[in-house]
Amino acid sequence: MKKILIKGNEAIAEAAIQAGCKLFFGYPITPSTEIVEYLSKHLPKAGGTVLQGEDEVASIYMCYGAAATGTRVMTATSSPGFSLKQEGMSYLAAAELPVVVVNVNRAGPGLGGLGPAQSDYFQCTKGGGHGDYRAIVLAPSKSQELYDFTMEAFDLADKYRNPVLILADGFLGQMMEPVEIKERVVKELPPQDWILDGCKGREKRKIASYSLTNEVGEANCLRWQAKYDKITEQEQRWEEFYTEDAEYLLVGYGTCGRIGKSVVLNARKQGIKLGLIRPITLWPFPVKAFVPYRDTIKGIVTVELNAGQMIEDVKLAVECKMPVHLYSRQGGMMPGENEILEFAVKAFDLSVAEEVNVDGKNI
Amino acid sequence: MPKVVVLGEYCKSCGLCVNICPKGVLAVGDKANKKGYYPVVVTDDAKCISCAMCATVCPDLALEIWK
Amino acid sequence: MEKIFKRTTGLTGVPFHYCPGCTHGIIHRIIGEVMEELNIIEDTIGVAPVGCAGFCLDMFSCDFVGAAHGRAQAVATGVKRAKPDKIVFTYQGDGDIAAIGMAHAIHVAARGEKITTIMVNNAVFGMTGGQMAPTTLSGQKTTTSPYGRDCTFNGQPIDLPQTIATLPGAVYVASVSVDTPKNIFAAKKAIKRAFQVQQLGLGFAFVSVLSTCPTNWGLSPVDSLKWLQEKMMPAYQMGELKVPEEVKAL
Repeated sequence: MKKILIKGNEAIAEAAIQAGCKLFFGYPITPSTEIVEYLSKHLPKAGGTVLQGEDEVASIYMCYGAAATGTRVMTATSSPGFSLKQEGMSYLAAAELPVVVVNVNRAGPGLGGLGPAQSDYFQCTKGGGHGDYRAIVLAPSKSQELYDFTMEAFDLADKYRNPVLILADGFLGQMMEPVEIKERVVKELPPQDWILDGCKGREKRKIASYSLTNEVGEANCLRWQAKYDKITEQEQRWEEFYTEDAEYLLVGYGTCGRIGKSVVLNARKQGIKLGLIRPITLWPFPVKAFVPYRDTIKGIVTVELNAGQMIEDVKLAVECKMPVHLYSRQGGMMPGENEILEFAVKAFDLSVAEEVNVDGKNI
Repeated sequence: MPKVVVLGEYCKSCGLCVNICPKGVLAVGDKANKKGYYPVVVTDDAKCISCAMCATVCPDLALEIWK
Repeated sequence: MEKIFKRTTGLTGVPFHYCPGCTHGIIHRIIGEVMEELNIIEDTIGVAPVGCAGFCLDMFSCDFVGAAHGRAQAVATGVKRAKPDKIVFTYQGDGDIAAIGMAHAIHVAARGEKITTIMVNNAVFGMTGGQMAPTTLSGQKTTTSPYGRDCTFNGQPIDLPQTIATLPGAVYVASVSVDTPKNIFAAKKAIKRAFQVQQLGLGFAFVSVLSTCPTNWGLSPVDSLKWLQEKMMPAYQMGELKVPEEVKAL
């Protein structure tokens, strides 16, 4: 398995190829464009097709059509384009179609900026589209995860017949890091006994999302919720860093999760028992990660590139049993390690000891 | 064997067949079907020439034609 | 005696839910017959619109997927690009394709997507109760043009077949009607050609079918046909606007 120096966006694209994605429908939008460009060059060589749609709306519905035939398909965009796809997300979830959607979060709202942000958290996890639907949301924090999570996303999408979102940001997408190009491990997946591929030798099938009576409507909703309950039970993922004896926690995903590890190491050098929980699935939110700490942690700081979105899920996860503060930067700005630690020290009125040596675990 | 057969449960009494029949074979009936429509009836099958124009214009496939 | 007219195998026999006299049913029938005659039912995947025909998925005998409003042609593009050997068609009202769906209408034709689109044009948004559509005629009264469409305010209606015909990727374009048996046969022939174009992989095939809407026009089914003949047909160039040579030979 080779290791190559690759841009984050390109790692996503290469992973899609390795995962057996056969179709990509997309539209250029900074800072995600490298995905459609890389695939335009390389996917045809792997026997796939890239079609640039007339816009983001066309692209998501092209994915919808392709997914209905049981073919692995992906699209990629950034925040304003993701807004355009919201009706499509709702339809994909309702029709239970497996599609991988990449959102490289940039600064918003409006046209916004090209810098990294996490201001689409609500939109991704609570559903920017209408209705009670959920998409599985994966939050990579480094290029290897951009690759690994994209490969995983296709399997999750097929396993649950659900759209899966990769939520990256403008920093991760542009970053160049060494990435191990892993081959696909073919997993056992549910039979595709629902796909539309011509009714030869079988009854005709239909894929639609309407309910003609309220009774059917409610039955549909309960069926979808049962699936989401199953995913919530089985697929919560997170990483813990120095949490075993922690008195205070940082919570951050993606880029903030990564910066948070440096903050934890610096804090430990100063005698502060700080730990980090890094959500990997943003939906289902890893509530299980917080359960053991509800009665032991004295305070939490969420580190986010938004006005405070994930903090709400953190407060719910700890049942508001301790103070949860927000440290945030917005509009494309990113926090440095020092300012985060200064904030935590001030927020919890911590006394800082002289620097001591700390075993640096693998970041 | 009749030449024109009305499938009453499909008929919505739209009258397009009555309008198009060159021989005046069809007319709106006076017995409601399960949906509350009054299906068309054959007034005189002997006049029917099996041209199938009625079936051609019927939007509900409520007519079958024999020749 | 033999049965010379019965329901095609291209239709399931599920009763149509359309209003009495609505010509959707005639158009469904001729599409079903074309699929049966070309022996493509088992190879066809249809895409349903949002509109009165939004529930047509149960009426045709082939696989079907429902699209969001206006997006049937984007969905069909995805299906066809995934399964190029299947026959893919969209069935859309004029409201679905010529308003919200217009970007896809143009781009599918521009790309020459090898799909077939049947547009059912009744000059209104039917499902929602008869509002003005991009195809509503000048002076036509609808619930959102209660004093008649004022072209100085809302512009002229769009002639979609003519517009699509300007794009090279649209290789077969026809404007037909189902108001008389003769025109119904001609419409069926056009639809058959539109599917044959796809079988030959020539490019995008588009058939616009003028259709009635008795309920929203406030006319009886028979009078609706007259309104279609007197008002709608003169507003459009009827007939086959573009026919590839390969199909003429069939």
